[in-house]
This record gives sequence, C-alpha cells and structure tokens, in this order.
Amino acid sequence: MIAEFGLAALWLSAALAGLQLLAGFLGLRQSGSELSALVRPAAVTQALLCALSFGALLLLFARTDLSVALVAKNSHSDKPFIFKLAGAWGNHEGSMLLWVTVMALAGGLIAFLERRLPERTMLATLASQAFVGLGFYAFLLISSNPFERLVPAAAEGAGLNPLLQDIGLALHPPTLYFGYVGLSIAFSFAVGALLTRQVTPDFAKVMRPWVLGAWIFLTLGITAGSYWAYYELGWGGWWFWDPVENASLMPWLAATALLHSVSVLASRDALRAWTIMLGVVAFSMSMIGTFLVRSGILTSVHAFAVDPERGTFILVLLAIYIGGALALFAFRAGTIAEGERFSVLSREGALVVNNVALSAILGIVLLGTLYPLLTEAFDVRVSVGPPYFNPVGAIFFLPMLVVLAIGPLLRWRRDSFARIRLPVIAIAVVGSAVLLAGWLIAGIALMPLLGMSLAAAVAVGSFLPLRGRSLRRLPLPVWGMVIAHFGIAVALFGMAADTAFTREKLVAAQVGETARVGPWSVKLASVDPVAGPNWTALEARLLASYRGGGEHELKPQARSFWTPPQQTSESALLTRWNGQLYAVIGGEAEGGRWQLRLWWKPFVTWIWYGGVLIALGGFLALLGRLSGDLRRRSAQAKIAARRAPETVSEPVEVVA
Amino acid sequence: MTWLRWVLLALVAALFGLFAWQLSQPKDEFVHSAMIGEPIPEFDLPAAVTERPGLSSANLADGQPKLLNIFASWCVPCRAEAPQLAQLEASGANIVAVAIRDRPEDVAAFLEAYGNPFSRIGKDDISAVQLSIGSSGVPETFVIDGQGVIRYQHIGDIRDSDIPKLLEELRKAGA
Repeated sequence: MIAEFGLAALWLSAALAGLQLLAGFLGLRQSGSELSALVRPAAVTQALLCALSFGALLLLFARTDLSVALVAKNSHSDKPFIFKLAGAWGNHEGSMLLWVTVMALAGGLIAFLERRLPERTMLATLASQAFVGLGFYAFLLISSNPFERLVPAAAEGAGLNPLLQDIGLALHPPTLYFGYVGLSIAFSFAVGALLTRQVTPDFAKVMRPWVLGAWIFLTLGITAGSYWAYYELGWGGWWFWDPVENASLMPWLAATALLHSVSVLASRDALRAWTIMLGVVAFSMSMIGTFLVRSGILTSVHAFAVDPERGTFILVLLAIYIGGALALFAFRAGTIAEGERFSVLSREGALVVNNVALSAILGIVLLGTLYPLLTEAFDVRVSVGPPYFNPVGAIFFLPMLVVLAIGPLLRWRRDSFARIRLPVIAIAVVGSAVLLAGWLIAGIALMPLLGMSLAAAVAVGSFLPLRGRSLRRLPLPVWGMVIAHFGIAVALFGMAADTAFTREKLVAAQVGETARVGPWSVKLASVDPVAGPNWTALEARLLASYRGGGEHELKPQARSFWTPPQQTSESALLTRWNGQLYAVIGGEAEGGRWQLRLWWKPFVTWIWYGGVLIALGGFLALLGRLSGDLRRRSAQAKIAARRAPETVSEPVEVVA
Repeated sequence: MTWLRWVLLALVAALFGLFAWQLSQPKDEFVHSAMIGEPIPEFDLPAAVTERPGLSSANLADGQPKLLNIFASWCVPCRAEAPQLAQLEASGANIVAVAIRDRPEDVAAFLEAYGNPFSRIGKDDISAVQLSIGSSGVPETFVIDGQGVIRYQHIGDIRDSDIPKLLEELRKAGA
C-alpha cells in the first residue's frame, strides 16, 4: 500500500504542477483573473504531496520492502539502517524523486513566503517553476517510476554499491541536489523577470538568498565529494577532472558569478541583463551535468545510471528548458533597460572582472568536458585531463585571485587608486615575499609556487576590508565575504602545498618491516582478517611515528563485500595539523609480502577546511540577509499598522 | 551586442545537436589499438613455462604470419576461448602468446587443463609488451604479418563465429 500511496501522491503533485502552470499562465494573460489566486496554494500543496511521496519511498527502504523493484535492486536486509535509508537516493529513480521533491519544496516555499515582488512577476516565476517541474514529473512517471512493484517479490535484495556505503557519500548527493535544484529557483525568477520585464534591485534582493542557499549547498557538496573521492577511492587524489566532478563544478562557477552579479544588481541596479543570463545559465549547467551523468554519453567512473532512453528524455527536457529560456533571453534582453553606469576602477568593475573570469573558467571546463564528445564525432578518441584543465584554467584563475585580493577594498561606483595604495602595496609585498621565499629556499615548482603566493596575498587581502571598521557593528554579510574569501586562500594553499610537497612510497613489506615516507617511519605490525556486517577484510596494523616521536596506529583494509561481490580498499588516515599520512593496503605480493602504498600529504586537509570556510562565509551572509529581511518586514508592518489602523488587511508595498 | 545573444543560442542548438547525434550512435566501449598498421615495438620476453621458448619481436618478423594471443591463467574468458584457439592451430595458424602478470606454475597448470596451442610463450610481468602494442585487457588476439607489422586486433575471447574472420586476416597478412 505504501508504494501505491507514494505513486498516487506523485501523480497528484504532477497534476497540481499542471494546474499551477495553467493558472499562472492564464493569470498572466488576463491580469486580475481569479485563476491566479490558485497558483500559490497549488504550489504549496504540490510541495507537501511530493514530500509525502518521497517519505513513502524512504519508508519502503527503511522496511526493505522487497516487493518494490527499486528496493530489491538497491537494498539488502543485512545493510546498516542508515545506508538502507541512503539507498533511497543512491540510485537513478530515487534520486530523480529527490530532485523533484526539492524542486517542489523550493517552489512551495517561495509561494508561501515571498510577498515582496510584484504579483505578476511571482505568477510568472511560479508558472515557470511548475513548467520545469512538469518535465521532471513526466520523466519520473513515464520512464523512471520508483514505486514499480516486483511480482513475485524478491527473496533478498541485491545490495547497494559498497563504494556508496559510506556516511559521507550518503549525504553528498542530497547536498549537491539541494544546490542544483536551488538554482532552479534562480532560473524561474530569471524567466519570470524576462516575461514581465521587471529586473529591479528588489528583484535581486528576493533572488539573492536563494542563490546564496543553493551556492552554500553546492560548495559543501563539492567539498564533501572531493574528500570522499580522496579517502574512499584510495588513489590519494582529491580532484580528477572527471566529467561528473566537472558537472558539479560548472553550476558552482556559474552560481559564484551569479552570487556576485546579483549583489551588484541589488546594491547598485547595474548588470541587469547579465544577472538574468547567469540565472538561466546556472540552472542550465545543473541540468546539463545531470544529462551528462545519466545518459552515459560520456564515459566516467561515475556512470552509475546509464540508459540511452532516459538520456533522450532528459535531452528533450534540456532542449525545451535551456533552449526556451535562452531564446526568451535573446528576444527580451534588448528590452531590459540598461542599469546604472560605473567606472572601471570601482567595486562593480572588480566584480565584472570576477564575473568574466568565472565565466571564462566555466567555458574552459565545459569545453574540456565536452571535447571528447566532439572529437568522437570525427572518430578520434581523446581524454582530457589535468594537462589541459590546470594550466588553461589558471590563465583566468590567477588574475581573478589578484582581483579577489584587491576588489573588496574598492568603493562602489568610482574610486581612485591613491586611496587604496597602502593596502595594495601590503598585499603585493606579502605575495612577493612568499614567492621569493618559496623559490629561493624551498625550490617549489612554478604552478604551486604561484598558488602559494596568491594564497598568501588573498589571505591578507581578505581581512583588509575590516581595517578601520568597528568589528562589533560590522554587518554579517561583510563577515561572510571576509570568511569566504579567506576560505579560498586556505583551500588554495592546501592545493598548492599538496602539489608541491607530497611524498609517495610503494613498498612490498613483510610483517615487521619499516618503510619511510617523508618525515614518517611506518612499521607493518600485522595483517589480520576481520569481518563487518556485510563484508570481510584483510586489515593491516601499521605503527607510524612522526620524526621519531610516539607511535600512532593505522588500520587500512582491503574489503570484500558479498552483496554485490566487490572489492574496495579502505584507506587509513592519520591527520596532523600540518597534513595527513595516507595508507592503503593492496594485495599479497610474492613471498609473504604485502603491498603498501603510503603518502605524506602536507596541508592537504586545508583544501577541505577552506571549502567549509567558504560555505560558512556564505551561511553568515545568508543569515545576515534573512535577518535584515525579517527586520524590514516587521518594521513595515509597524508602519502600516500606525498609518492605517483600520485597513491593515491591505498589504503595503514599501520599497526599502 | 544583440548578435552575441544569437550566437550563444546557435551554439547551444549545435551542442544539443551533438548530444542527440551521439546518443543515437551505438556506444563502442572497446579501446582499439593505435598500433594497427605499425611494426611491433622491440621486446624480448623470457619463457613463461619450461616446455616452450620465450618470445621476442624478432620471432614475430621471421617471414611467417602469426596470431599473437594475450592471455593469463587468472583470466576466465581465456578459458572459454581455449577450444577456439585449438581449432585455429588445427587450421594451420602459428599461435604465439604473452602471459600477463602470471606465475610459471599457474601458467603450466592452465595449459595442462585447457590445452597448449602456443609455439612460444613470453612472460610479461608488468604488462609492458601488452601496453606497447595497445592492448587494454585479456584476452586479446593480434594478427602479425611476416614482417612483424600488426595487422588486426581482436578484443575479448574468440568465439566460434570469429574463427573465419581471424583465418581470413591471417591469410591476408601472409599474402
């Protein structure tokens, strides 16, 4: 019954999305139509029903109901409970249901809360949100029904891919989904604004928290995914320029650009058409990413749900949504009045450089990701990797960092170089000092050296906007900016240090032997079999000592899962403040020796600390914006109540 | 700047065209060797088992076309293709082999169990020869002509239906 209930709820929410689209569209055509009163309730109800449907799927997985095909294919009664739940979204159908659920919830939330925009823009936005939603409902209900029954029921489930049986990965996809789908709101706002030609600072203020929220989730999702790949796959790398990683990076780049341009629009009423275009592009990148992953059109280690028929379906959706939105943009952008002007040397100017650089990097990543597809059409097989992405991306990334260090010091509209000369000199001195020291003393290679120098410059530059301001009275969004920019510096330093200083050792060791890697000596104490709930493993016990200090224990495992049968290597990590010792045990070599792979990775953890700092900065900014909105709203309510005590029922639009 | 928007739209349309075209193409997951038509790189492998000599690139350029089988005792499809290799040998093919990442005693046991159609077997412990001729897995079978030039690559185990094609390629390589 639960499965049927879930399916019925899903069909109903699809029908409500249809109603929301129709009522919104008709409401737009004839203003004041009573139909438009239906739009908001339809969006809220749709969100509730969709959430119920996803809840039903969670319940089916929690109970391991093997009469449901999806559960039988992806779960197993022996699996730990948390991974049973995670199994609900660790597959194609379930994750698509999560996708529409998040989309419906976001739509329901703006329908319920957002009262600041002109009603026509809201109608257009909600109609567009429903239009996008409908496509994904159709996709679910027609080609990917998660509630399909299995007759007869399976005796036992097939299990979940063991690589996915990890708490980090149980949370990583939903986090990214919140980000991807959060951008659908920015997309709908952009389409709504294009339809009604209302691109105003108010509009930007309404859109900004959604972009911020989605961006925070994307940042966290990418950070977590990178750490997962690093410790779970046992390669010791943290970014591989794999198509699926790029699929998450591209929306992030677009969202980062959008985040900054929407701020310019909100504060200065400039960059109108550009912001709208980024709103369209950001969600388009999310959808293209999903398409690349799901269609199997690109070969990737992540290709877990390859199905050409589904690929075709998503492609048609993409063509409708992206093509439609861009065509609308092409027709309408000319009719959006030009915003305020500003001089090159100004905060806006710096943000434009940031936007252009981010867009260029986005283009580079997109080209590199799609290039194999393009050459394959001419029967040439290539794979594009770090030798392309790293140097070509750096062409734009390095200048962007320079602007990142200096830009926040500039004033809006117009500034003079004389005013910021001192801090710029300070930033340049720190950057050059690190550059020289790294080159002359440590002899670091060019790219990591530039990385470290810029990391130092950005770290100093990120705190300089605090100069001469009262820290207690500083608005939260400014704190957010400072911390996020500092996070970039921290992550960049981690990346550069990892590239420059990593030491690797591959040994075939006998029990009792000691291997040295960097400042560590690592002794193989024993190798023993161990068993878990649904796996067995060979576990090595390593005793590691840092520069002859006390011994620490590491236990890397070579695990064998039996449902489904698969081998994974569980790396063991020893974290110090200044880096990680990373150990992997491989197979048995000849003569009772064991293959051990050891890495000493100085400061590698700073990459993810930086990622978390960036997200934290975003969170503080979001908190600041939301509390500001709340204060303004209550102030407006008070003013309204004082002015017209008898007619409070009439909402008053006050432009803040 | 208006034209820029239309260029963008055209680019996106072209992109979707590319996607659609690629989706409609059958997906070829095999990695084909880039060495076909090239002379085999120089190598000299020691014998994998005592009863057969090792294999060098000079052996492959002795004027007689050969089949070069890439196999391993730990590879399950290699067992499945053993009868077909025997049939090829019975049809007059000279088959030489490279054992990949294998132990002598395991290779000997494998040949004992599934037959030995090979005139020479080289021992490639680090897949060096395998990689140099552009083979990405086991089993694979190459047709090498008398001058030591790689003429044809068969990926995966040899089925009954593949035998005529291999004999045909071998005949062409000999001409």
